Amino acid sequence: MSARVINLIVNGRKVSCAVEPRKLLVNFIRQDLGLTGTHWGCDTGNCGACTVLLNGKSVKSCNVLAVQADGGEIITIEGLSKNGELHPIQQAFWNNHGLQCGFCTPGFIMQAYWLLKQNPNPTKEEVREMLAGNICRCTGYQNIIKAVLDAAEKMR
Amino acid sequence: MAVTALFGARVRRREDPRLITGKGKFTDDIQIPGTTYAVFVRSPYAHARLKRVSVSKALEAGAIAALTGKDLEGKVGAVPCAWVIPNADIKIPAYRPLAVDKVRYVGDPVAVVVAETPEKAHDCAKLVEVEYEPLPAVVNQEEAVAENAALLYDDVPRNTAFTWKLEGGDLERAFKEADIVIEQRLVNHRLQPAAMETRGVLASYDPSTETVTVWMTSQNPHIHRFLLSVMTGIPEHKIRVIATDVGGGFGSKIHAYGAEAVVTYLSKMLGRPVKWMETRRENFMATIHGRDHVQYVKLAAKKNGKVLGLEVKSYANLGAYLSTAAPGIPTWLFGLMLSGPYKIPAIRCEVVGVLTNTAPVDAYRGAGRPEATYLLERMMDILASRLGMDPAEVRRVNFVRREEFPYQTPVVVMYDSGDYLTAFNKALEKAGYNEFRKQQGEHRKKGRLLGIGISSYVEICGLGPSRAVRSTGFGLGLWESATVRVHPSGKVTVYTGGNPHGQGEETTFAQIVADQLGVSFEDVEVIHGDTGMIPFGMGTYGSRTTPVAGGAIAKACERIIEKGRKIAAHILEASEKDVEYRPGVYSVKGLPDKKVTIQQVALASYAAGANELPQGLEPGLEATAFYDPENFTFPFGTHVCAVEVDPETYTVKILKYVAVDDCGKRINPMIVEGQIHGGIIQGIAQALWEQALYDENGNLLTGTLADYAVPTSADVPEIELDETVTPSPHNPLGVKGVGETGTIAATPAVVNAVIDALSHLGITHIDMPLTPSRIWEAVEKTKSKR
Repeated sequence: MSARVINLIVNGRKVSCAVEPRKLLVNFIRQDLGLTGTHWGCDTGNCGACTVLLNGKSVKSCNVLAVQADGGEIITIEGLSKNGELHPIQQAFWNNHGLQCGFCTPGFIMQAYWLLKQNPNPTKEEVREMLAGNICRCTGYQNIIKAVLDAAEKMR
Repeated sequence: MAVTALFGARVRRREDPRLITGKGKFTDDIQIPGTTYAVFVRSPYAHARLKRVSVSKALEAGAIAALTGKDLEGKVGAVPCAWVIPNADIKIPAYRPLAVDKVRYVGDPVAVVVAETPEKAHDCAKLVEVEYEPLPAVVNQEEAVAENAALLYDDVPRNTAFTWKLEGGDLERAFKEADIVIEQRLVNHRLQPAAMETRGVLASYDPSTETVTVWMTSQNPHIHRFLLSVMTGIPEHKIRVIATDVGGGFGSKIHAYGAEAVVTYLSKMLGRPVKWMETRRENFMATIHGRDHVQYVKLAAKKNGKVLGLEVKSYANLGAYLSTAAPGIPTWLFGLMLSGPYKIPAIRCEVVGVLTNTAPVDAYRGAGRPEATYLLERMMDILASRLGMDPAEVRRVNFVRREEFPYQTPVVVMYDSGDYLTAFNKALEKAGYNEFRKQQGEHRKKGRLLGIGISSYVEICGLGPSRAVRSTGFGLGLWESATVRVHPSGKVTVYTGGNPHGQGEETTFAQIVADQLGVSFEDVEVIHGDTGMIPFGMGTYGSRTTPVAGGAIAKACERIIEKGRKIAAHILEASEKDVEYRPGVYSVKGLPDKKVTIQQVALASYAAGANELPQGLEPGLEATAFYDPENFTFPFGTHVCAVEVDPETYTVKILKYVAVDDCGKRINPMIVEGQIHGGIIQGIAQALWEQALYDENGNLLTGTLADYAVPTSADVPEIELDETVTPSPHNPLGVKGVGETGTIAATPAVVNAVIDALSHLGITHIDMPLTPSRIWEAVEKTKSKR
C-alpha cells in the first residue's frame, strides 16, 4: 500500500506526514508523532483510552484512520495544559484522586473536556452517562465523577 | 513508631502530574529507533494435535524472523511453575513458550513472527501455515475429572494436577453434635482480570555488553528477571527489567508467560530491539484468568446459629497449564481463609486441581480469598434462612471476640488483631440495616423486591513471612527490601522492592520517610520497578506493598537514624546515649540548643573529616533493609449492600453500599479509599455481570471488551466508606494492607442482598453472575414448584 501525505494541526502545531492508508489515527499519534499520552487499550472501540478531539469532537482514535483526519485539527492530552499550567480538568483529577494506574486517564480527561464543552453544568448522573464510553478498571469511577464535577465548578 | 505530620495525611499523589499530562512511560510508550515487532500465531482450537507448522511463506514475504515451537527447543525453556504445593501428588506438565505436538487452549501460541513494522508483522503472521488435527476438548472441571473425559496429557490421569487437603479440629464430632447440617454447591465462576493496559514487552539486546534491557508489564520485575533468566539462559545479572509505569495488573502481571521470554530471546538472536504488545483479544485469550471453583460445602451448626464445623470439597479449574502461582491460589490462599471472622472449631478442605482446555488460571485480585469469603458468607445466609434467624444475628453469634486475639484458627493461621463486632455494628448502623428490615415487609406487600446483604470478612495479607510461605511450597520467601539513601545535601532517595502500579506508594512511601527522617516530602524521591536500580525485591501483589515494603523502609530509616546518632554525638561532643532524636534533629539531652540537623549529619557523613565522622565509622548515610514479617496481617470488615430487583425485568439496582474496613493504620486515607472503591466495583461486577465464558468446544465467547462485561461509570453505584482502626501489633507501621478488600467483601454482599430480595419466594441460592436471565430462571422454578 502506498503512503499518502496528510496535513493536520496537532495541539496547535502544523504536521505533515506520509502514512499508510490503513494506519489508525491512534498509531499515527503514538508512533509517528511520538505523542504517547494517548493510549490504546482494546481492538473494539470500547475502552476509550485513545480518546482525542478531532475537529472539536471527541473520537476514539482507534476507530479513525489517520487519512480520515487529513486537513483536520487534533487535540491530545499533551495539548491540554497551557504554558506549564494544568488544565482545570487535569487539576481536578489530581486533587480528587481520580486516577490510580493512570493508563485510562488521558482518555477520560479528553472525554471530560468534550463533555464540559457540551454541558458546562452537568449533574452527577449526566457525567456518569457521558463517561460510559470509557473504561477504568482501578478507581470504580467514584473519584473520576467527583473530579469532573469539581472541574465543572471551577471552569464555570 | 511515632505518628507525625504526614502519616495519616491525604497527600495528593506525586505519580499524578506525569500521568494526567500524558507523560507516563508505559511499556508501549518506550520507543527505540530500529525496533522490530513480534506477533504470535495462536491456536483457534481448544485441543488439537499439531501436524505441521510452516513459517516459510512468512519469511518469503519479508518477515525478519519466524519461529515455531520446535525451533525454540533448547533455546527458550518451559515457563516454570513456582508454587509446588507439597503432599498433593502434584503433576506439572511442560508449559512451553510455543506449543509443540499439541495445542491445549484457544490462544495457545504455535509460532512467532518478527517484522519491521507491527502492520507487516501481522501480515506475515497470517502467512504461517498450521495444520491441526482437532481433538475433543474438556472445558468444565467436573467433566474433566470424569472417567471417560478426554485427556490433556497422557500422563495426567483424570486431568487431575493435584489433590490437596487441609484439616483442623474434630470434624466428625462437629457433625455428630450438630442440630442442623446444610449442604450447598457453589460456583465461583471464572473472571478475566482486564487490566486496561494489556501485556507487552520491549527487549533490547546490547551485543557490546551482552546485556538485555527488558521493558515489560510487570508487577514484580526481579521475579520476572529471575524467571526470564531461567527460560532464556541469559545470566540473571545480564538482564535488566524495567516496569516503572504499569497500567494495572490485578494479578495478571505477576506471572511468567512464554511470550516475554521469546521476545527477549529474539532480541538477542536478531541483535535488535523487539517489541510485542498483546491485542485485547490475546489478553483475554492468553493472559491468566481468575477464580473458577466448583465447591461442595457442608456446614454443621447448633440451633442457636453457632457453627461447629465446615467441610469443603472444591474443584479448581486451572486451565491448560500450571501458571506460575496457580497451584497455591485455590489451595493455600483459599484453605487458610476458611475460618473467616468466625470461631469454627473444625474445618476440613479438599481441593482437586483440574487441567482443562482453557486459558491458564492464576491469581486475580483477591486470589483464593474471595472464593473462601463468598463460600462462608453465602453459607451464613443459608444457615440463617434455614434456622429462621436474621443473617446479622448468625454472624454475631459466631464472630471471634476482641479479647480472643491473637486467635489461632483450625486452618494453620493465627490472626494478629481484630475487632470484628465493632466494624460490623458500625456498618449495619450506617446502612440502616434494622430500618431496612422493618420496611422490607411493607415493600413486599406492594410487590417490590428489596433485599439487604451482609458480608463480613477477614483477609490474609502482607504476604508474607518467608518460612511460612516456603512451607507451602512457594518458590521464594516473601520478605521485601528497601534502600534509603540520604545524599550529602540531605535529599533522600528511596529504592523499594515493591512495584506499585496504581497503588500510589511513590507517595505513601515518601510520606513515611519524610516523617521518619524529618525532611520535607519534596526532598524524598521513591524509585521502583527497575532491577538496574533497586535491590532484589518481590514486587506488588497480595496487599503486601505497604505492610511489607513499607516495613522494610521503616527498618532502613531506623538504621539511618541510629548511624546518624553516632555521627551527631561525635559532632556535638556528647555521648551517644545522651543524644536524642526527634524527626530531623539530634540534640543533647537537657541541652536542646546543642543540636545538629539530619542534613548536617548527612553532609558530615560524606565529608568524613576528623570532626565529622567518628574514627572507625564507615562514611556515607544510607541503609538497606530486608524485612521479613513475623506473621501475615489480617485486615477485616463488614460490607452491607441494599438492592432492588425489578419484578418484571429482574435487573438488579444497588440502592446503597456501605463498607466499613479495618486495614490497621492508614498512611494516606485518600489512597486507601481509592483502593477500596475500585475493589468493590470489581467485586460487584463479579456478582452481577462479569463472567469468562467458553462454549463446549472451548471457544472463548468473551474475547473482547464488547462481550466481557467490565462495568462503566453508568453501571455502578456510589460507595459509602467508613473505618475502624485496629493496628497490626507486629507490623513496624501498624498497617495491614487494603488492595484486595473490595473484591473479597463485595461479591457476597451483593449476592446475599439479591437472594434476600427473593427469599420470600423460597429462593436460597442462585449462582453468579446474577443476570436477569439467571434470576428469572430461578423465579420460574419456584413457580413450577408452587
